[in-house]
Amino acid sequence: MSRRTSRPARAGQYLALLAYLVFLAFPFLWLISTSFKPARELGSLHPTWIPNDPTLANYRQAFDEQPLLEAAGNSLIAALSASVVAVVIATPMAYVMARHRTLLARAATGWVVVSQAFPFVLVIIPLFLVLKNLHLINSLPGLIMVYVVWALPFALWMLVGYVRAVPTELEEAAAVDGASKLRTLVSVTAPLLAPGIVATALFAFITAWNEFFFALVLLKTPEKQTLPVVLTHFLGAEGAADLGPLAAAAFLATLPSLVVFAIIQKRITGGMLAGAVKG
Amino acid sequence: MTLATAKKRSGTGSPEGAPRAGVMDHGAWFLVLPALLPILVLSVGPLLYGISLAFTDSQSGRTEPTEWIGLLNFQDLLHDTLFWDSFRIGLLWAVGVTVPQFVLALGLALLLNQNLRFRWLARSLAIIPWAMPEVVVGIMWRLVYNPDAGILNETIRDLGLGDGRDWLTGIGSALPAVIVVGVWAGMPQTTVALLAGLQNVPRELHEAAEVDGAGAWRRFRTVTWPALKPIALAITALNFIWNFNSFALVYVLTNGGPGGRTRLPMLFAYEEAFRYGQFGYAAAMGCVMVALISVLLAVYLVGRLRGGEQR
Repeated sequence: MSRRTSRPARAGQYLALLAYLVFLAFPFLWLISTSFKPARELGSLHPTWIPNDPTLANYRQAFDEQPLLEAAGNSLIAALSASVVAVVIATPMAYVMARHRTLLARAATGWVVVSQAFPFVLVIIPLFLVLKNLHLINSLPGLIMVYVVWALPFALWMLVGYVRAVPTELEEAAAVDGASKLRTLVSVTAPLLAPGIVATALFAFITAWNEFFFALVLLKTPEKQTLPVVLTHFLGAEGAADLGPLAAAAFLATLPSLVVFAIIQKRITGGMLAGAVKG
Repeated sequence: MTLATAKKRSGTGSPEGAPRAGVMDHGAWFLVLPALLPILVLSVGPLLYGISLAFTDSQSGRTEPTEWIGLLNFQDLLHDTLFWDSFRIGLLWAVGVTVPQFVLALGLALLLNQNLRFRWLARSLAIIPWAMPEVVVGIMWRLVYNPDAGILNETIRDLGLGDGRDWLTGIGSALPAVIVVGVWAGMPQTTVALLAGLQNVPRELHEAAEVDGAGAWRRFRTVTWPALKPIALAITALNFIWNFNSFALVYVLTNGGPGGRTRLPMLFAYEEAFRYGQFGYAAAMGCVMVALISVLLAVYLVGRLRGGEQR
């Protein structure tokens, strides 16, 4: 169909695409540009796209002002543990949801959908009270537990799609050969699912790395806080002075997510589609 | 298999049986349990607990025991004009973000579905807002909107359109400014979902319509849209819910200011719960939010589906 598109129409399409590119990219480019500007330039009334006098001072200052390394460490621990645990417990469940049509499987699918609709406030208050009783407020393990459950709906959604893509004939053949259920799952199904499992884990990692609300409520002291929460400390009250370090820290905090997302981009799209079409 | 038979069979719980006959054997329970327990303890349980809190006078740091107070929280809520202001702002925000988000994402998805050069670049760039932490998105746009060092006012000055303004603290401009950020941040998911939907559009039909001399708009109306509609409905409904419940973006951009003009219901409930410690009252807010949003969505979805049948 595209072969026949007329020349003016094609030009219009490129123009529209350019407009989208500009809209999508300019805030990010501005963030990067701001992060390399010296304080003097940030105070002037005529900011430029390319810093006149680029500097790394903002990056140094960002690390001096806030415990960024500690925060990144906390974020890494929380996101890594949450994504690994979520995928380890979600994969068997997704398998059952995909292969068995029982009431439980249906209820689980219902929970996946409904859990998207509830405002976090309704969940966070009771969680806060429960975790407080368990002395898990202001602790990473408490946050990780919340992240695991919070990552489960999407993980299940994606994994169910991946399981359905594995032909049942393979499992039946293994069963005929006398392999037990668990054995079949571990040595036949799991290897075929591996790429999907990795993509799901990486996606869970990004969502946990980026998460803000639960971390804000559950982590009280700066040395326990994750990166997004620590970033907000740069905002201060009315401080226009600290734009440089703010931009530098924000840019650094984004890099891991961008890298991981670039790796799994194709799989995420495919996984969403698989879950949506067959689910 | 119908729901009724599934219930009956799993109720009798025969341990043996073919996996797809609707029966869970012990092995299956063993597989489900590791995820089911956390779901019950940390999601379903707290949800029910949260709903029950709405009927109590639960507060943070109180020494007397919490008591049931029936519908008192809801009665108070009914007369709480600040909450309803916030709810109205939440609706304005959710509609104001969801609609442009859908229109822009549809345009982008249709473009990306064409055989254009630089498509790969657009696809990669379109993903950036999705991968970013919401906090960073907020910070980034604060830099864009900054009255002095921001690029928006500088561009306005360059174009000779005046001096610009302080977008995020202006009474009239704060909500629109925040909505633009919401649209930007949510476009990727919507685009990806719609792009996936476009793969389902039958190509032969498109070509047939073209041979019959149907213009681009007609082809979109008669071939593309019917195939895309289910995904479009699902993603707008989800977007509406997500947007209504959003928190981090606005928390970072304006923290609800100026004068409450951007105080979304989630920000309101957060402050009520964790600044003033009114757990019971905040839980009641949560319940009201869920209930009203469900009703609105049901009306929207039923209306849309009916409209589809009539045509």
